[in-house]
Amino acid sequence: MALTRNQVEHVAKLARLSLTDQEKVAFTEQLSRILEHVESLNRLETADVPPTYHAVALQNVLREDKPHTSLDRAKVLSQAPEAEEGCFKVPKITEG
Amino acid sequence: MATQWETVVGLEVHVELATETKVWCSCKNQFGAEPNTHVCPVCLALPGALPVLNAQALEFAVKAGLALNCEIQHHSKFDRKNYFYPDSPMNYQISQLDLPFCYDGYVEITRKDGSTKRIGIKRIHLENDAGKLLHAGDDVAEADSSLVDFNRAGVPLIEIVTEPDIRSAEEAGLFLNKLRSIIKYCGVSDVKMEEGSMRCDVNVSVRPVGQAEYGIRSELKNVNSFSAAMRGIEYEAKRHIEILEKGGTIDQETRSWRDAKGVSVVLRSKEDAEDYRYFPEPDLPPVVLSDETIEEIRSTLPELPDTIMHRLMNEFGLSAYDASIIVSEKEFAEWFGQAVELAGQANAKAVANWQINEINRVMNEKGLRPDQIPVSPEQIAGMLKLIEAGTITGKIAKTVFEKMIESGKDAETIVKEEGLTQVADEGELLKIALEIVAANPGPVEDWKSGKQAAAQWFVGQMMKATRGRANPQLAMKLVTEALRKHTGQA
Amino acid sequence: MSGVTHKLSATRLNRLFLAGELSAVEIAEAFLNRIQAVDPQVRAFLTISADTAMERARKLDARRRGGDTEIGSLAGVPIAVKDNISTDGTRTTCGSKILGEYVPPYDATVVERLRASGAIIIGKTNMDEFAMGSSGENSAFFPTRNPWDLERIPGGSSSGSAVAVAAEEVPLSLGSDTGGSIRQPAALTGIVGMKPTYGYVSRYGLVAFASSLDQIGPFGRDVEDVARLFEVIAGSDRRDATNAGRTPPAIKLTGEPSLKGARLGVPKEYFAEGIDSEVKARIEEAIVQLRDLGAEVEECSLPHTEYALSAYYLIAPAEASANLARFDGVRYGYRTPDYNGLLEMYGKTRAEGFGPEVKRRIMIGTYALSSGYYDAYYKKAQQIRTLVMRDFEQVFEQFDALITPTSPVPAWKLGEKTDDPLAMYLADVCTIPVNLAGLPGLSVPCGLANGLPVGLQLIGKHFDDARLLQYAWAYQRATKHHEARPSLGTEGGR
Repeated sequence: MALTRNQVEHVAKLARLSLTDQEKVAFTEQLSRILEHVESLNRLETADVPPTYHAVALQNVLREDKPHTSLDRAKVLSQAPEAEEGCFKVPKITEG
Repeated sequence: MATQWETVVGLEVHVELATETKVWCSCKNQFGAEPNTHVCPVCLALPGALPVLNAQALEFAVKAGLALNCEIQHHSKFDRKNYFYPDSPMNYQISQLDLPFCYDGYVEITRKDGSTKRIGIKRIHLENDAGKLLHAGDDVAEADSSLVDFNRAGVPLIEIVTEPDIRSAEEAGLFLNKLRSIIKYCGVSDVKMEEGSMRCDVNVSVRPVGQAEYGIRSELKNVNSFSAAMRGIEYEAKRHIEILEKGGTIDQETRSWRDAKGVSVVLRSKEDAEDYRYFPEPDLPPVVLSDETIEEIRSTLPELPDTIMHRLMNEFGLSAYDASIIVSEKEFAEWFGQAVELAGQANAKAVANWQINEINRVMNEKGLRPDQIPVSPEQIAGMLKLIEAGTITGKIAKTVFEKMIESGKDAETIVKEEGLTQVADEGELLKIALEIVAANPGPVEDWKSGKQAAAQWFVGQMMKATRGRANPQLAMKLVTEALRKHTGQA
Repeated sequence: MSGVTHKLSATRLNRLFLAGELSAVEIAEAFLNRIQAVDPQVRAFLTISADTAMERARKLDARRRGGDTEIGSLAGVPIAVKDNISTDGTRTTCGSKILGEYVPPYDATVVERLRASGAIIIGKTNMDEFAMGSSGENSAFFPTRNPWDLERIPGGSSSGSAVAVAAEEVPLSLGSDTGGSIRQPAALTGIVGMKPTYGYVSRYGLVAFASSLDQIGPFGRDVEDVARLFEVIAGSDRRDATNAGRTPPAIKLTGEPSLKGARLGVPKEYFAEGIDSEVKARIEEAIVQLRDLGAEVEECSLPHTEYALSAYYLIAPAEASANLARFDGVRYGYRTPDYNGLLEMYGKTRAEGFGPEVKRRIMIGTYALSSGYYDAYYKKAQQIRTLVMRDFEQVFEQFDALITPTSPVPAWKLGEKTDDPLAMYLADVCTIPVNLAGLPGLSVPCGLANGLPVGLQLIGKHFDDARLLQYAWAYQRATKHHEARPSLGTEGGR
């Protein structure tokens, strides 16, 4: 199935990727080809096949409600692109 | 004829669970710490960190569901809900899409007239809270930048989703209060609105009375108190009706409630609705709950408000409404139970009256929390015993009560110190009665002409003269005697 | 001794160290010298931790001199770690610009285990960005080269970890395998590489690509070394909820090599179109050798194999699209210098920070999960996954293990497939089904095709990793293919 440029732009927006025009053109073509290849899956009837989300079946893997030592704040904030008053700083929040 | 409109409300209530640690990691779940001091690779979403479910959070979620009369899912899983926001470290939330832990429950609300109604609980799922954004201005949209504190990121949350069964702001208020009370009884959350441990989103629509289909709804976000929820519902319902009566149509949209201004504003329209791209969480295996496990959790439930309420009605003859107020707070019910035990079952109604009227009034005036009841069960029981023994009158009791609150002393001490004992000395009281009768010829004439009410007036004067300390029955007897003497009718 | 130290196996180095015949400092120096000599040609390392490695070596020497004999099964053994495994205090880039300067404040569980076993972490290795790639060319920094032919790719995504071992820069390394990222570069560089059963090795601290497929595993030049490293890293970890909590049984690699009683299946679908004739010939020779060792080898069928690749290229990108959402310029890593508002900051940071292949996969994954397409793509792929797993379950009723080529082709030329993502994806056709089913897989050298290494893949049942190692060991002992080494040395490049 072929993807339109509009779809590529919509997906890029969902993924928070500012693509260049060139990338949009390339991705429209490449993703369409990949999706075409993937179309082969439709040859298989799977209505009665349950999906597998975990390759090795486990259940109820739980943790005790006991606290551990948290990380040193200075160490954590040293990795932040921008920090202030013990917090991570982000630019003006504009709605998507 | 003008259309009669019906308001339809559904709520999504988020409750933070009172676990020791966060839901996916072992950082402390604690309100009010220095920013970014309760963080680790997991709740900061550092590259490579993985979530592991807190067993206590799971138990609390199920416990809340059982308390809200829900069915419990035997086989559940977690899903990723994808959206970018700076307070969300992973930029997805681990939540539950199609297999929430609890479903199909209800909460019974009691209206003022004693009638009850069930509000359906559609589902309860477990997820993580986000961090906190701090803005320079009072509003995200207006601030130039924001600061992020991730202490709250990863705190366990349950989201309780109701059926659209609520029909008014008042019902919403009753529901929220009842819900809060049940959650608190179970001990799964401290449900403090002011600390944000309970928050809600409100879905409102209207329809002509008698119409089966629901109207188009709008969703209100940023509702930070029960009263804000009620105001928001009234505002939205009115806004919808106005639009519809002008022949307009409602847009399905998400709106933000600005409580200070009492208005809602558009946050996003349906077209801009987020595409959350849910998919099963690969980092967390499914959760399987056996009947045995569920029953084990059920056995840890305390007596819940509905049960206590019916017991209060049956054992003590309280009205449904009075009982519902007493059980509305766990601390109230406990206080009531202790006071009745001390004062004796015969005084149960009196305890309820004092609690609902006087104590509640004082607490409202002083803005006290339920855990700050200003008089102890011992104090109130002591006072009721003095009334029962005839030591003080009901009227004096009000004075004693005020003094108890002021001084914290017990009733007996106050009565002694203030000389508030009931005057039962016949000779002394007769003397006072004769003086009053002699000084009031007018009312005496009234009495002589057969107006029995005049005797009551003299009793009132007696109470006034003794500052309420006269035994009312004795006062009546002596007033009558004095009047007869005075008019020679002996 | 120092002239040949870098040629010694981990097993040997550990023995010499514990016996006091080689100090950890001597060992570390020998390998750092070797790295200095050959890494400019192959470029396996992104970070070389010479100082911390030497400091660690001195401490190990002190402990040994103090009479400590419980230092561990990797004591004194230098090891390289793929750069998507978190190392406290050492830059962990994932081969990406977006994490170019990121220094983690914590160790992955496997790194803790390495330290506890006495290993000396000598550096972090190059890789395809976020483990997305089959050639090593998707590193944001530089491509790693195949020591057998420096004009060729070494395979990927664990390109640096494979080459570091193949070029004798370290005896052991750790990689990660999501669709073949350990086994394929092991095959293409002529070494042994193993993807353990999903859930055997903790993923805590492995920067996630596709969470339900990723698994950390060992590289070595022989099966003994790989088994030794596997025993160190495998086991229970409560910080990874997908960890099975199992400790592997002791792996015995002694005595006469024999495969008597072993029932081996050869799935015919793995020899379909696209397989190089020389590769096919080497596998056929291997089958003969395995029979000579006493194994019963028979053809079998995994009918859904042709669909596995498509399912993988939906599942892995979908999971990745969420896993990589955390790289947003807020808490760590790269942030675009120039932005107006949050949305622009997000969009530009991610567009500038990620390379083309990563963006491509985020796009596919986001699309496959988006409203209206989930059932047709993501869910469908997970249903196909069930069918692929059932195929394996069925053949494992008859066979103890399966044998296939690891890669249908030997190493190709740098740049040959970079313009054709789909052709690149097809290189993983033999390894991907194993990840979808969570099975253990191992690649062992089985000869050369026109002077380039070919790998034989063994596939086992869940948690039957020890058996694969035993079979591979027997094969290796009988054939000695693993002893072939590229002619790379201090003589310089070509």
